Amino acid sequence: MSVQIAVDGAVLEGRDGQSIAGVLLAAGRRTWRTAAGAERGIFCGMGICQDCVLTVNGVEGVRACQRTACDGDVVEREVRA
Amino acid sequence: MTGRRVVVIGAGPAGLAAAAAAVSAGAEVTVLDEGERIGGQFWRHHPDLTDPHLQHQTARFRKLQEQLAGARVLSSASVWRIERGAPLRVHALVGPADAAQRRGEPVVADALVIATGAHDRVLPVPGWTLPGVTSAGAAQAVAKRDGVRLGERTVVAGAGPFLLPVAQSIGRVGGVVAEVVEAASIGTLVRGWGRRPWELTTAAGKAGELASYLGSLAAARTPYRFGAAVTRVHGTTGVEAVTVQRVAADWRPIPGTERTVECDSVALGHGFTPRLEAAIQVGCEIGSDRFVRVGSQQDTSVPDVYAAGEITGIGGADAALAEGTVAGLAAAGVAPADIRYREPLAARRRMRAFAARLETHRVGSGWTGWLDADTIVCRCESVRRGALDEYGEASSRAMRLATRAGLGACQGRVCGRSVEDITGAPVGYDRRPVLSSVRIGELAATCGGDIAD
Repeated sequence: MSVQIAVDGAVLEGRDGQSIAGVLLAAGRRTWRTAAGAERGIFCGMGICQDCVLTVNGVEGVRACQRTACDGDVVEREVRA
Repeated sequence: MTGRRVVVIGAGPAGLAAAAAAVSAGAEVTVLDEGERIGGQFWRHHPDLTDPHLQHQTARFRKLQEQLAGARVLSSASVWRIERGAPLRVHALVGPADAAQRRGEPVVADALVIATGAHDRVLPVPGWTLPGVTSAGAAQAVAKRDGVRLGERTVVAGAGPFLLPVAQSIGRVGGVVAEVVEAASIGTLVRGWGRRPWELTTAAGKAGELASYLGSLAAARTPYRFGAAVTRVHGTTGVEAVTVQRVAADWRPIPGTERTVECDSVALGHGFTPRLEAAIQVGCEIGSDRFVRVGSQQDTSVPDVYAAGEITGIGGADAALAEGTVAGLAAAGVAPADIRYREPLAARRRMRAFAARLETHRVGSGWTGWLDADTIVCRCESVRRGALDEYGEASSRAMRLATRAGLGACQGRVCGRSVEDITGAPVGYDRRPVLSSVRIGELAATCGGDIAD
C-alpha cells in the first residue's frame, strides 16, 4: 500500500502509515520550513519542538512528525521571518 | 474498591502498566494519549513499517494490550487542561495531530495517574540548527515509526546509555554510525557504574540488551568515545562534519583536543527532560531535583493524584512499568498492605538501583563553554547566546520579554533548561497554563469562552 501527497506542487509517494515527515525524509528532503532565513526540518521527532510544522490541506502549523500522511494531502512549506 | 473512575494520562510503559493494574483491580479506566497508537516513545512502532529487531519487550507490550481490553483508550487525545477538585476534570481534544476542529472530550476522574514521560534534552551547539542535526530520539523515532534514516553517515553524541539503542536503530535502517560520543569519561563511568557494571545490569535484567548494543557497534566497527563531546557542527546548507573534542569532568571543552569527523547527520541526546506541565497544573509538589515528588504508593502531594515513570525520575522502561503498576493499584483504591503490591515494589527497588547510576551521565555545568556569542540557544525565536548574556543581571521576566527566549512555539520545552544554565537563574518555563497546542477556535468551541485560569 502506498500514499501520494503533493508537496509544493511535486507529488511524493510514501508507504501507508508513514508520517508526513517520514514521506519527506524517504524522498530525500530534509527541510521544509524557513525560520529567520535558515532551513529547518525535523528536530525532536516526537511533537515537542514545533520545528517541523507545515501547512496541510490549508491548515497551518501541523507537525510533520506527528501527522500520518493521507492519500491526497496537499502540503505547503511555511516561512517565519 | 470497584467502580472508581481512574484516568491515566500517557500510554507509554508507565501509563499502560497503571491502566492495566487499575483495570485488574476493578476500576473504570480511561487512558488519554496524544499518540496515534499506544506505547509511548518506548513502544513507538508501526505494525508494517517497524523492523521487529527494534522492538523490545514485545511480549510485555502484547500482554498490556490484552489487559487494556477492559479500559476505554483514547488515542490522538491531547490533554490541554486539568481542573482540580473532587472529582478532577481532565480536558482533551481528540483528532488527527494539529487538525483544525478536533473533538472536545472532558473526562471526570476520582483518581488521576500522570505518566507523561520525558523528552530528549539536547544542549545547544554551534551549528545545531543546520539541516541534518536532530535529537537522538528523532533518529530513533523515524527509524522505528517510519523506517527511514536522517542521513548516510551519522555521529551520535551526548550522554547516557540511551545513545546505544539510537545507534543500533540507525544501523537497522541502513545508516552508518561514524562514532558514538559519550561525555562521561572512563574514570567517571567506573566510579558511577562500578568496575563490574555487568553485575548491576544483570540484576536489572539488562545484560542481554547491553551486549546486543555493544555487539552492533563492534560489528559495524563504530568507535565508542568517552569523555568527549560534539562541540561544533560544520556545514553551509546542511551538516558536513562535526568537531569532536575532549571534555573535562564538568563537560568544559579542553582546548587543543579537537578532531574533525565527517558526517551528514548528527543525533544529539544529553539526557532527558521530564514533561512536568500536567503535574504542575494539578498542583503536585516538584522536588529540588525537578521531578514530581512521590510517596511509596506513587502518590503525589495532591490527594487522588498519582505519578509514575520518567516524571518521577529518569529510570527507563522497566522502572516505569513497576511504578505504573503501583500507581494503578493505588489509584484504584487497593490498600497499601495488599499482596498485589509485592512484586511491582520489588521490581521498583531493583530498577531504582540501576536508575541511580544514570546520574553518572548528568549534564556538566561546563557545557556552556562550547557556545559562541552568536550560537542560537532558543530555536523557535532564533535567540542567540549573546542576547541572553546582555540580560544576565535582569529579572527572568525582563530577560524573556526582551529576548523572547523560550516564548516561541515550543514554549521553552527545548531550550528552557539551557537558558537557565546560561543565565544562572531558574525561569520557570515548566509552568504552562495550556498543556498542549490548541487552536483558538477549538478553545472557543469546547469551553464556551470559560477559559480563565
